[in-house]
Amino acid sequence: MTFRPLDRAGIAARIARDIPEGWFVNLGIGIPTGVSDHVPNDREVIFHSENGVIGAGPAPAPDKINPFLVNAGTQHITLRTGGSFVHHADSFAIARGGHLDLCVLGAFEVAENGDIANWARSLDEPVKQVGGAMDLAIGAKRLWVAMEHITKGHGGSRIRRVCSYPLTAKGVVRRVYTDLAVLEITPRGFGVLDMIPGMTREELQERSEAELHWT
Amino acid sequence: MIDKFVPDVAAALADIADGAVILLPGFGNGMPETLVKGLIAQGARDLTLVVNSGGRDTGPTADILASGQCRKLICSFVRADSVAGRLFAAGKLELEIVPQGTLAERLRAAGAGVQAFYTPTGADTLLAEGRETRVINGRNCLLEYPLPGDVALVDAWEADRWGNLTHRESARNFNPVMAMAAALTVVQTRHVVALGDIPPANVHTPGVFVHRVVHVPA
Repeated sequence: MTFRPLDRAGIAARIARDIPEGWFVNLGIGIPTGVSDHVPNDREVIFHSENGVIGAGPAPAPDKINPFLVNAGTQHITLRTGGSFVHHADSFAIARGGHLDLCVLGAFEVAENGDIANWARSLDEPVKQVGGAMDLAIGAKRLWVAMEHITKGHGGSRIRRVCSYPLTAKGVVRRVYTDLAVLEITPRGFGVLDMIPGMTREELQERSEAELHWT
Repeated sequence: MIDKFVPDVAAALADIADGAVILLPGFGNGMPETLVKGLIAQGARDLTLVVNSGGRDTGPTADILASGQCRKLICSFVRADSVAGRLFAAGKLELEIVPQGTLAERLRAAGAGVQAFYTPTGADTLLAEGRETRVINGRNCLLEYPLPGDVALVDAWEADRWGNLTHRESARNFNPVMAMAAALTVVQTRHVVALGDIPPANVHTPGVFVHRVVHVPA
């Protein structure tokens, strides 16, 4: 194999390239949290954190930590000049009410119709991590997903014809950024917008359970 | 003279009854840890705990779940490797998973007198199974009911004797909506200020939603 998959920071950096100035953006826990590190300071993008932070900024220096200011992953952050705080019901009015230009979530699986599964692997296990994902998924103007193309455990593809895990929301994903490619949900299914250097169409298709389309 | 300050945590929590629904704010911060310790010491049983996250192995949420006082947990997020996850797996804790925004809105509705609402959140998921859904403006929506509490335990940065509160930065989180959603709202505040010291436009939670305040200095 002559290609080198992106690492998690690489996926975050690839997403950051596609976020224009002026957007109001929520970043989910996991790979998406790193996206803001790759948006240059001179590009004004406002980051929302579900716990009521508008204008979330980067991590503080160790001696500047404010214990009262954290992000959705409960990591210490700073506030950009111009930022503000709201309570939880208003924070989710932002999420649900169509005020976010973009939300980026992690996921277990995405299906070719835009379904997303990211909160439970089965109903029997005690892991039930809905958090804010269901509100964000149905509420943002556009939903992008950041995830590895293949699962670490059994090597199955996360790019599915139909999701095998319980859904977070139906038909809401617009784009998927993986360690191998950038995919778009189209009326025909997954369209390939971009692949990492050295990867062939055949190699990408082999790693995708759903059929891929090139334009 | 209105004075909502009570002398100590024990006095503030003395009459919480068995079976109460307890609203507990907090999201990485903004959790009234001293009041939770007080409720564990007070010993009320058969509680329903409403909190965003089921917590981890340690911390206030884990502690009150581990105390065996809670029959049911209503939250948006449970880790397998946590007190909550293990109690649920062992059949010792009922669990109701509510999406975080729906949780906040159900609390707000309880405080606002809204008797129900429809939301697209979760409408196409397993959480909607066996429940009323309806297509409104072309979107599938799920009927949700208010989530009132018997008691809210609230964290504040400053409080005056009317119970007007400020909260620090993201420590505000669920505190204002839980304060308005409970029949009895008990506050622990880091600082006590004179009536009028909080600029009127800067009150985050007005005292009309607050019943008792305990001063808990750092």
